[in-house]
Amino acid sequence: MALTREQIENIAHLARLELQPAEVPVYQESLSAILDFVGELDRADTASVAPMAHPLPGLSQRLRPDAVTEQDHHELYQENAPQVASSLYLVPKVIE
Amino acid sequence: MGSVNVNNVSLHRKTLAQLIAGLRAKEFSSVELTRLYLDRIEASQTSLNAFISVTREQALVAAEAADRDLAASRGGALTGVPIAHKDIFCTAGVKTTCGSRMLDNFVSPYDATVVAKLKAAGAVMLGKANMDEFAMGSSNETSYFGPVRNPWNTALVPGGSSGGSAAAVAARLAPLATATDTGGSIRQPAALCGVTGVKPTYGRVSRYGMIAFASSLDQAGTITATAEDAAWVLREMAGFDPRDSTSVEKPVPDYVGSLDAPLKGLKIGLLKEFFDKGLDPENERRIREALAVYEKLGAQLREMSLPNLPLSVPAYYVVAPAECSSNLARFDGVRFGHRCKEPRDLMDLYKRSRGEGFGAEVKRRIMTGTYVLSAGYYDAYYLKAQRVRQLITSDFTRAFGDVDVLIGPTTPTPAFEIGAKTEDPITMYLNDIYTIGANLAGLPAMSIPCGFAQNLPVGLQIVGPHFSEAKLLNVAHLFQRETDWHTRVPERFS
Repeated sequence: MALTREQIENIAHLARLELQPAEVPVYQESLSAILDFVGELDRADTASVAPMAHPLPGLSQRLRPDAVTEQDHHELYQENAPQVASSLYLVPKVIE
Repeated sequence: MGSVNVNNVSLHRKTLAQLIAGLRAKEFSSVELTRLYLDRIEASQTSLNAFISVTREQALVAAEAADRDLAASRGGALTGVPIAHKDIFCTAGVKTTCGSRMLDNFVSPYDATVVAKLKAAGAVMLGKANMDEFAMGSSNETSYFGPVRNPWNTALVPGGSSGGSAAAVAARLAPLATATDTGGSIRQPAALCGVTGVKPTYGRVSRYGMIAFASSLDQAGTITATAEDAAWVLREMAGFDPRDSTSVEKPVPDYVGSLDAPLKGLKIGLLKEFFDKGLDPENERRIREALAVYEKLGAQLREMSLPNLPLSVPAYYVVAPAECSSNLARFDGVRFGHRCKEPRDLMDLYKRSRGEGFGAEVKRRIMTGTYVLSAGYYDAYYLKAQRVRQLITSDFTRAFGDVDVLIGPTTPTPAFEIGAKTEDPITMYLNDIYTIGANLAGLPAMSIPCGFAQNLPVGLQIVGPHFSEAKLLNVAHLFQRETDWHTRVPERFS
């Protein structure tokens, strides 16, 4: 299966990745090859098989009581933020 | 290479159990031991590049505290023992990069549960081990901080993604290291570097604070010289953690106490699919020789087939990229991590921050995952792969109705040259052909050294049913009582 340049650009847009022009043909080639490779899955007859939902049989995701367990650490966490003011994360203007 | 002798045995050649005993008997101090390993790390950095950060000052402070605990006969099971953490585990106040430019500036505000538990057990962190970027790779060549080199031959890869952890233990730069395994990232580098790697059952070890790659596959484990060492560490690492919703509430058995159980009557399954045409003939000879050791110990061998296993690599390369594209959406240049310069608008900020922050392989996986999850393709790829995954898991379940463990090769070949497989991602992906099945089915599996091919280490893989870590470690330990492959160290690091 050969992906087109436009398809790669669309996938990159959906994934919010800016690609350099030179990267596009590289991903065109490798993603097409990967999709061909995973196409082997079609060989398996899975008509009567349910998709796996959890790696451990009989287990599902545990839920916890809806109670506050964590303290407010926003100052500590925001030390890693690129830009903060008045405890708010700053981004370029979104609404004119 | 630095070396300190006690009773004529170099300290760095001692097993973990010997180090623990020596520390308690005051034959040497934690500060001496820690300094020795820090010096060995420093001396190896140019040739191996096994570490991203070395935390010398914190390590010596922790070692002094450990020595005070030892003097007062306090502390935990690992008090004073140095350890390397894969740089995927968050370490409070210490840079945690996951091998990526995206997190080059990230100082974790908290400890991963694994890090906290090992700290509570008394282990002394030496630094953060190098790794493939976001654990995506089988050769440690995708790290933003440069490739790690194989201590047995520095022209070769150490395997990946836990290549720094494996190289560090192989060169005895640390007696033990944490690692993670999503498709073989503990076992494959352990095999290529000639050390012991354990990937526990999915849910056995907490993943809180372990940077996520593919959440239905990721599991934390150990890299050590021996199975006995692994038992000591895993006993401290494993257990329920309410902060990880996939963590399983199940008591942790005494992995050390059951190491010596006799293997008479053990039923070992040999998978036809593990001895396929891709297996290097010299590797195969080492595996067959190891199986003969098990026969001598009273085990019975039984050939069997898991017909759906050959589909494990294609199933993995749908499921893992899909989950990675979702997990890595959090790196948005807003709350932490790399941000591009002078963004024009929010979309530009996202796209350039991510485009600059992620390396080529990570971008490839994010895009593969984005494609297979996109409208109109979800059923054909993701659901299909999860159905195949169910078939593979059922194959394993049937096999464990007949045998206790499966034994075979960890990798098709020994270590390969740096650069040999970087051009073709699928050739690289096929490195994990024998290891991925255990991840898809959530099974525990380990790799132990079983000899050499072309003067390079060969790994023997042991896979068991869910929560059979104690049996795997027992099976590995009895092999190591009969052989000395696990004691071999590359000459320049010996």
